Amino acid sequence: MTAVLAVLEQRDGALRKVSHEVVTGARRLADAGSGTVEALVLGGGTVSGADQLGRFGADRVTTATHAALGRYTPEGYTRVVVERVRARQYDAVVFPASATGRDLAPRVAARLGVPLAADVTDLGIEGGAIWATRPVYAGKALLKVKLLARPALLSLRPNVFTPVERPRAAAAETAKVDVPERGGRVVVREIKAAAAGALDVAEAPIVVSGGRGLKEPANFRLLEELARAFGGKAAVGASRAVVDAGWRPHADQVGQTGKTVSPTLYVAVGISGAIQHLAGMRTSKVIVAINRDKDAPIFKVADYGIVGDLFEIVPRLTEEIRKLHA
Amino acid sequence: MKIAVCIKRVADSETRVKIAADGKALDEAGVKFVLNPYDEFAVEEALRRKEQAGSGEVVVVALGPAAAQETIRAALAMGVDRGVLLQVDRIPADGLVVAQALAAELKDGGYDLILCGKMAIDDYNHQVGPMVAELLGLPCVTSIAHLELQGNTGVAEREVEGGIEVCEFPLPAVLTTDKGLNEPRYPALKGIMAAKKKPLDIKPTALAVGGLEVLAMTPPPDRKDGRIVGEGVAAIPELLRLLREEAKVL
Repeated sequence: MTAVLAVLEQRDGALRKVSHEVVTGARRLADAGSGTVEALVLGGGTVSGADQLGRFGADRVTTATHAALGRYTPEGYTRVVVERVRARQYDAVVFPASATGRDLAPRVAARLGVPLAADVTDLGIEGGAIWATRPVYAGKALLKVKLLARPALLSLRPNVFTPVERPRAAAAETAKVDVPERGGRVVVREIKAAAAGALDVAEAPIVVSGGRGLKEPANFRLLEELARAFGGKAAVGASRAVVDAGWRPHADQVGQTGKTVSPTLYVAVGISGAIQHLAGMRTSKVIVAINRDKDAPIFKVADYGIVGDLFEIVPRLTEEIRKLHA
Repeated sequence: MKIAVCIKRVADSETRVKIAADGKALDEAGVKFVLNPYDEFAVEEALRRKEQAGSGEVVVVALGPAAAQETIRAALAMGVDRGVLLQVDRIPADGLVVAQALAAELKDGGYDLILCGKMAIDDYNHQVGPMVAELLGLPCVTSIAHLELQGNTGVAEREVEGGIEVCEFPLPAVLTTDKGLNEPRYPALKGIMAAKKKPLDIKPTALAVGGLEVLAMTPPPDRKDGRIVGEGVAAIPELLRLLREEAKVL
C-alpha cells in the first residue's frame, strides 16, 4: 500500500491546471503500489475545483483553510505541509515543479530531512523502491534515481503528466491549520499580473518561439499574432540570442540557461538551433521549424520543417490557423 | 555588509553530453567547466551591495572537487574578497546533502545575506538555496530578478507563471538569483592578477550519505527523424494536414 500525498496549487481561489497533473502523477505512483492518493489544497477560502479532484484519481481531498494561506507564503505553506506529513505516514509527497512548487518542495524536504527528486518526468516503483527519472543538463541526459528515504519527495515537471480521468469517490477532510496571522517572515505584498491571458512558456500547451531570424524586436509581432491565432493556448518564447540582445524578456527564454519546456506543439521560427536551445525544447511532443537555411541544426530535431522566408510563411500560417479556430 | 555566495563548478552550456563508463555520470573528458551562470548573478549582486554599502566582505563558498579552486578564482577575479572550498571527490546528486554541508559552513559566519544561483545548469535541482535557508532558519526568497534593500528590510521580485510576485523580507536572509537581476561584470586583468593572491581556504569535507541513489544516466530518447515538408508558403497546407492527421495536435 503506497500512500501518496499530492500537494496542489491554487491561485485566486481556483485550482491551477498543474494541480490535475500532480494528482495524475500521484495516482500513477499509487497504482504502482496498490495505494491511495490524498490531495492537499491550501487556500484562504473555498477553492473551486477541489470537490472535483476525485475525477482525476484522488481518494481523499484535504483542505487547509486560513486567511494567511490565500496567497502562497513560503513559511506558512511549508508549515502546513510539514505538519500534515508528520501527522500521517506517507510513502511519497508529490509537488508541481512550478514557480511555487520549486520554492516550497525544497523547504519541506529540508524540514523533514529527506531528499527531493526535482522536475521529474517519469516515476514508478520497482522492487518496493520509488524511482524517478529527471532531465539533467537541460535534457541532454536523463538521470534515474532511487529514493531511499520515506517519505520520498518528488516535484513533477509541468505539461508532462497529462491529466487523465480516473474517477474515485473522494472523501473530503478538513485539516487543522496552525499558522501565524501574516504567514511568516516573507510576505508576498502583491502579484503584478502579466498582460491579460499571457501564458508562461513553461506551462503553455503550444509555444511559438523566435530567434535572430526575426531580424528586429518589432517583428515578434508576427509571432504574437500566430500565438493568438491558437485561441489562448499558446505562449511566445525566445532564443538566448534575442533575450541577451534585449529584444524579449528573460522569462520567455527557452534553453539551458532559460526554461526547459515540453509543450504539445513547439514552433521554432528563425531559430538556427544552438545545442543549449535544443536541450531546452527537445522534449516537446511535436516540433515544427521554419527557417530559411535548410542546413540549420533545428531541422534535425523538428518533426516537420518548412524551408523559406518566415516573413512570408508566418503571416499565411497565422491566417490558416485562425480559420481552423474560427 | 557581510555577504556569502554559494557557487558551483558546472559543465559549460555548450557541452555535448557523453556518459561516463559507469553509466551514472557525465564523461568529463574534454569538457569545459565554468562558474554556474546563475551563480554569476549572485556574485555580481553581492559585489554591488558591498560597493553601495561602502564596506563589508563578500565570501564565496563552493562544494566540489579540487578543480573547483579555478571556479572560486574566477569569482575572486570579479572582486570577491575570499573563497572557501568544501572539498569532496564528487558532488552528490542529493541536493540536501550539499545544502547540509554549505549550511554547516555558513552557520556561524554572521552573514547579512546569503546568495545562491536559483539552480545549477547541470543537475537542474533548483533546491540547494531554499534548503540552506531552512537548515539555518533564515527567511528566503527564490528566483529573484529585482532586489531593493533598505536597512534591515528587503523587497524582491520573483517571476511566477503569468506574473511577478513582490516579496518583503527581513535580513539576514537567503536569496536565490535569476537571470535579469543584473549584468555580471567581466573580470579585469587587474582583478585576475589580484585573485591569485586572495585567500582560498580548502577544507576537506565529509558528506552525509543522503537518500538518493543514482541508478543510471542515459541519453534522451532519440526523436524520430524529422522531415522537410516543403519550401515556402506552398508547404503550409501539407504542414497543417500533417499536424492534424498524423501528429494530431491541431
